[in-house]
Amino acid sequence: MRNMVSLISGLIFGLGLAISGMINPDKVLGFLNLFGKWDPSLIFVMIGALVISVPAFTFIKTKNKPICENSFSLPTKTEIDSKLIIGSVIFGIGWGLVGLCPGPAIASMTLMNTYSIIFAGSMISGFVFTKIALN
Amino acid sequence: MEIVNFTPLSALLGGVLIGISVLFFLLFNGRVTGISGILSNLFLSSENRTSNFLFILGLILGPFLFQTFSNHKIEFHITSSLPLLIIGGLLVGIGTKLGSGCTSGHAVCGLARFSKRSMLATAIFMIAGILTVKIMSFF
Repeated sequence: MRNMVSLISGLIFGLGLAISGMINPDKVLGFLNLFGKWDPSLIFVMIGALVISVPAFTFIKTKNKPICENSFSLPTKTEIDSKLIIGSVIFGIGWGLVGLCPGPAIASMTLMNTYSIIFAGSMISGFVFTKIALN
Repeated sequence: MEIVNFTPLSALLGGVLIGISVLFFLLFNGRVTGISGILSNLFLSSENRTSNFLFILGLILGPFLFQTFSNHKIEFHITSSLPLLIIGGLLVGIGTKLGSGCTSGHAVCGLARFSKRSMLATAIFMIAGILTVKIMSFF
């Protein structure tokens, strides 16, 4: 059941990215081009997602456990540290260079585009390097 | 400021679907829908491996089904050169691992949880992205 939920959640997420146009790096760079010709669409993706996700996270506070698991496993860190700040700066630079963040990078692999696969491979290498460096 | 290529309706609809995915994953599996976390854990952790794999599989299949059953072709234009593409990919991987999240984990789930860490992370990566695009426009 929980595996089925994961597959369906991934499907709906990928469908959302496809419909919103956010798989296209050009569209995302258009949003980040705030000081030039600006495409505000990404804000509307955020609004659409938050309209559902804000009530969702509020609602689960009234529940003791999710339907398929014995407990919720939500992020627990609350303090702001240098890793969060430096990591977000590095991510933002990479995002601005290409116009791909992890969701669209993976979703775009459906197109079997060489560039998309190279980007995803580099991104996964980045995960591995960081994991090794932090240990 | 000049507004171009603005598609508010499809953006809103796509966003709502992303929200539904978050709701579904949270209500049933009790986890946040952070793609960088799900993807990196698929490679780096044995915990929830099948579940993480199936989520990523769904993420790739979703756009495929959309293209197959609708008349829309998914647009995908990369303007970066190959070295820039590799550097960008590495930076996105390193940054999201170090910063514990990306657009989905921080900007969608984190903001919805009113997490101060995610609010700060979202502001930082948006500003860094906007400045990077500005700087790259000079080259």
